[in-house]
Order: sequence, then structure tokens, then C-alpha cells
Amino acid sequence: MSTPQRKTDIGPPHYKQFLPPVIQKNYGQWKYHEELSAGVMVHVSESGDEIYTVRVASPRLISTDFIREISDIADKYCDGYLRFTSRHNVEFLLSDKSKLEPLQKELKDKGFAIGGIGNRVSNLVHTQGWVHCHSAATDASGLVKVLMDEFYDYFTSKELPSRVRLAVACCTNMCGAVHCSDIALVGVHRKPPIPDHERIPNQCEIPSTIGSCPTGAISPDPAKKSLKINDEKCMYCGNCYSVCPALPIADPDNDGVAIVVGGKVGSLRNGPKFSKLVYPWLPNNPPRWPEVVNAVKGILEVYAKNARKHERVGEWVERIGWEKFFKLTGIPFTFQHIDDFTFARETWRTSAAFKW
Amino acid sequence: MSEMRKTPLLDDLEKGPWPSFVTEMKKAAAKSEMSNDLLGALEQCYKDKKTHWKHGGIVGVRGYGGGVIGRYSDIPEQFPGVAHFHTVRVNQPSAWFYKTDSLREICGIWDKYGSGLTNFHGSTGDMILLGTKTENLETIFAELSSRGWDLGGSGSALRTPSCCVGPARCEWSNIDTLDITYSLTEEFQDEMHRPAFPYKYKFKVSGCAVDCVAAIARADCAIIGTWKGDIKIDQAEVQRYAKNGMDINAEIVNMCPTKCITYNGKELKIENEDCSRCMHCITKMTKALRPGGERGATILIGSHAPFVKGAQLSQVIVPFMKMEPPYTEIKELTRKIWEWWDEYGKNRERIGELIERKGMRDFLEYIGVDPHPAMIKEPRRDPFYFWTTDELK
Repeated sequence: MSTPQRKTDIGPPHYKQFLPPVIQKNYGQWKYHEELSAGVMVHVSESGDEIYTVRVASPRLISTDFIREISDIADKYCDGYLRFTSRHNVEFLLSDKSKLEPLQKELKDKGFAIGGIGNRVSNLVHTQGWVHCHSAATDASGLVKVLMDEFYDYFTSKELPSRVRLAVACCTNMCGAVHCSDIALVGVHRKPPIPDHERIPNQCEIPSTIGSCPTGAISPDPAKKSLKINDEKCMYCGNCYSVCPALPIADPDNDGVAIVVGGKVGSLRNGPKFSKLVYPWLPNNPPRWPEVVNAVKGILEVYAKNARKHERVGEWVERIGWEKFFKLTGIPFTFQHIDDFTFARETWRTSAAFKW
Repeated sequence: MSEMRKTPLLDDLEKGPWPSFVTEMKKAAAKSEMSNDLLGALEQCYKDKKTHWKHGGIVGVRGYGGGVIGRYSDIPEQFPGVAHFHTVRVNQPSAWFYKTDSLREICGIWDKYGSGLTNFHGSTGDMILLGTKTENLETIFAELSSRGWDLGGSGSALRTPSCCVGPARCEWSNIDTLDITYSLTEEFQDEMHRPAFPYKYKFKVSGCAVDCVAAIARADCAIIGTWKGDIKIDQAEVQRYAKNGMDINAEIVNMCPTKCITYNGKELKIENEDCSRCMHCITKMTKALRPGGERGATILIGSHAPFVKGAQLSQVIVPFMKMEPPYTEIKELTRKIWEWWDEYGKNRERIGELIERKGMRDFLEYIGVDPHPAMIKEPRRDPFYFWTTDELK
């Protein structure tokens, strides 16, 4: 069989061909929606038309078998239409209400997790990790799996004061909105890279490698036609390794997972926020990372118990104060928590008012 | 097919209620030698507690400088199936809507020429076809593009734009996020496929300030829907929320950041002049409250994750822009922004970092945008600022 004629610069297929007829008819005319359960909602149009959405989790890393399985289900109940969400969930879209119960039954029978809508833990935005990335300091898919095994009920049923967005980034590159999530994990290194003087001259461009360092810790080593690292200045961010493969930074015993909390992206109430450091390092302990799971569970449970309705994690912490957050959660406060990077000054307390 | 790789550590991740990526990998491994070796290589990472992937080399398809991420194993003798294991980024349709016949077509191509493993979707929004050999790339591209699919962005280029579900299935959307995304993607095909920028540039389009695609945190250019008129109130629906148990004073009135709402038990009133359009009340009482009047978008520029000198959120550059096809204003503004970035940006410097280094004034003057109080949280605190000779006697 011959290869078909290639085309270039055509862009993606036009979205309109993938929209169910009820959406095409009511595009831009939706009036309101209601959450019917943890994984089902209905949108109602000005015309009175309805569209039902049934949301299920996916592990993001999926086989073609999985895609065919959800396609078969969508054919059976949804005239072949489905969509994915920005957090890797699958949404089955249907306008025939009578198919809603049979669809959910089949999904449950096949072991799908239905949920993620409303004030709950939704699926995690995450990165490639050890599955497919050269700079990963931890695995991402594994962390997502062990966290969601623990928080499964918060996806499928149990409610929280507000929605809680978890995320995992396998290194400080943070491919994903980890820096603005309610609770997020980020893979971190803790030792400077070790220059490989044999490979650097061939594999690395010296000026751009020096320029990649945010703290000015890299300088030329002309005698070796290589680079030197000032260990005292290095903050182990790994940006140099992205530019120069001959500066390996991975270290199995010292790499690990940091936890940051209190970020959000929506402008609701008080604007988007960055996530802030609460656990500087926990060990990489695959396959189930028990220390990390326990730490996240501790934070989530204290939030669930103490936050007011509609308060996101960051809003709750700001109301009670960070000093009280550390007291309630029992997380030890260390030098690593006090910022000494670019925006440090904005984060120091400049008031005599705080809690004991 | 050789024997299935033994994966005692990963097997543990098939237990528990959440859907397992390991199970997915095993399904692919049953049909693909590449995926079988991926399973083995990942088990090795779990054993060694470190990654076994090397930096990407330059691989791709003819005429494109991106869309394929080269990936090589550092232990190819042990796992020859993933000696090279490149990613193909396929530009997703706006808002990730699909028909199953298209999905099956892609599965067929990917089973034949790739690992059978995918990500739906990658962080930027592309459909990710995870892992194939260099010699299959041209065939995969021909198979995909002849059926109407194209590659997404990678490297120092425009990255694949993405958007929220927007007017397709959301009552809050003030702009046609799907159409804007499609139109921008088509307009800037060259900038996406042939990297020529100092670094990456991302567009994300959200229909309202809830920002379901995290545009404000992750896009160099965030297009976020907003409105200028008064919020429309359905008082009967307000009463229904109260009757159904909502404490309107606690949940709506007291949580309004500008304190522009009052409620006397019978009637909800909004001082629209004082409303900052944060979306809190509308999202909580979606049957009773809706945006009114003129619709458009706020354009914010400059966000990125912590590399290099710390994360930034995007900042307001154009407080309100009408968003109607063919979206000439945002396209022209984007070309001006790129011109300035191209002129002054250093290698691997995002637009937000350049604005910080060169200053907002320099940037705004170049792109031809006048200063506006919506651009700032507060005016400067210091007494150090420039005057031009034109402004002096």
C-alpha cells in the first residue's frame, strides 16, 4: 500500500464537524446548567434544549484500546460524539435523557470512575515523568495514580468546601499549571549538576549554558574548554541541564518531591494566586510514595475541616494566616520556606500583626 | 513478539480504584514491542529512582522545524524497542471535541506506525502520540495530514493554541473561544511549524474569568472573555436559590470582593459601576445572574512557569477588545508583540521576562497601546521615572 499524499500547514480539522447537533443548534445560547451528581450535569438552552454531560476519569496516558472502548460507548449512547476536558477527563455528551442511566450503568460496570464535577477533587493536570522525559526528577503518572487511589471518593462523591485542583510536575520546568494549583507536587533536585568535561566541548554551547543559570553559578573553564559550577550559588533548578546535556543533575537519593499549596487561576473573589512551598522535600519512594500521599492527605483533611464554603485552599490559608496553617497542619517550618529568590521581598512579613 | 516484560514495582500500580496507566501500558505492550520495552524501561526507572531518557535530538518531518519531540533511551541495549521513541504532537480540534470515527482512524495509524500509547492530552493541549521510530515519522505525517490532521508546535515557536469549552457548552462564555482559537491557529501556521522565536509563545483562550484553561498562568497571551454592561438579574430565580437553602448574604453578598451586592431577603441589587466582573456571584447563581451588554476580551500578556527567574502571571495589556471574525485586531497586535520580542529578546527569554527587563513603557509604546489604570494593581511606589524630551519644556 502506498503512502498517501502529505499536506502541510493545514492546521487542525475545523471544530464544527465534531460538535453534536444539539450543540450546533444551541451554540452560544446556553442559559444555565445544573450539577445532577458528582459526574453528571445538564446544560439548558434558551430554546429549552438540553445536553447532558457524563464525566469520567482517564489516566491521561492511554492506549488505543482505551480510545476504542470509549468510542464504542460514545457510539452506543452519544451518536459518536465525545470530548476531553483540560484536566484529561472524558465527557460523554448526550441529548436523549433516557440514555443517561444505561450509559452510567455501562460505565460503572466497565470500571470507569464517574465524577470530578463541582466542589470535589478533579483529575490531575500532570507531566510525562519517567515515562518519557529526560529532566524528570520524579514520576508523574505514578504520583497521580497513588494520590487518586487515596482521594477516589473525593472524585466520585464526597464534597469539599470548594473545588480542589491538584497537579503534578516532574521537574521545575512545570509543564502544567502546578505553580497556580490548590495543592501541587513538583519534582526537585537537591545537588548541583556535575560537569562532564569530556562531553561539554562537543555537546554544549558555552555562552548559552552560562546564560541559562538564574543565579550566575556557571562560569567558563577555559583550560578544559568546559564549564565550572559554583556549588554555593546553585539552587538545583536544572535549567542548565535543559540547555546542556553534559551537566547531569539527577541523583536518586537526593531527588524528591516538594509540595506547594494555595494557588488558583480564576479571578473569582480575589484573583489568581501562585502556589507556595509547604514541604521542601519528601523522598522519591516508588511505587507508592507513601510519605507524599500522607502529606497531601494531611493538608486536604485540615482544609476540608476548617475552610468555609466556597473558600479555595489559598483563600482559606490567607484568611487564617500562614503561621496558623503551619500550626494546624503540623508541617515543620524551615529555612527553605523563607524566599531568597527573585521576588523574595514581597513575601516577607512587614507588619507586627500575626497570630500565636 | 518477545515475552512480556516483568514489572513487579509497576504491577502494584494496577491495584486501587483509580484507572491505571500501567494497565494502559500493558494493553499497548501486548501489541507493540516498543510499548513492551517502554514498560521495561519504566520499571527500571522505578528501580533506580531516576529517569532513563536522554535529551531529544533533532528529528522531524520534511519542511517542519517542530511538532516531533526526539527522545532516546540511555539504556538502549537493554530496551532496544525504545532506543528511539519520539513523540508526535497532533494539533487538537478546538475545545477537544471529537467524533469517534476520527479517533478510530488515528488509532489505526498509531497502532500501525507507533507504540499504540497516547496522551489525551498533553499539557499545552495537543493530542500526544507517544513513541515511534525515526523512520516512521514521514509516513505518520502523510497518513495524518492526508486525513486533515496537522502537527502542533514545539521548541522556540508558537505552541498549539487551546481554549475552554466556551459557547459550545457553557453559559458564561463572553467570546467564541473555539473560533478564536481555530482562527489564530490557521493564521499563524508558519510561526507554529518553523521555530523562529527567542523561545516558546502560547495562546490560551478562556470565555470568562473562571479561566478553565489556566490562560492567565500559562499563556504568553491570555485572551479572557469579559463584558461591559450590567449583570442581568432574575429575581424569581434568586428567591428559588434562597428557598433551596443558599445563604445569599453569606455566600454571595459577603463574598463579593467589591461589596457591590445587597440583599434584603426579597430583592438582590448590584451596583454595577462597582462590579469588577470576577464571576463569583454568577458562577454560584447561574440561573439568576448573567453578564449583560457589550461582550469582548481582556488581553493579558507574559505568564510563564518559574524558569528562569521565577513564575509570572499574565498582566493586562488591553482591558477590552471586541472579538469578532476575522479577529484582525488581536492578530495585528500579536505581530507587533512578536516584532518587539524578536528585536530585543534573548535566547530562551519569554515575552513576560523581556517586558520585565525592558520595562512596560518600552513595550507599550512599541505596540502602540496607551497606559490605562486597568493595567496596574497600584501606581509605582518609587519616585524614579523617565520623561521624554517631548514632554519637557
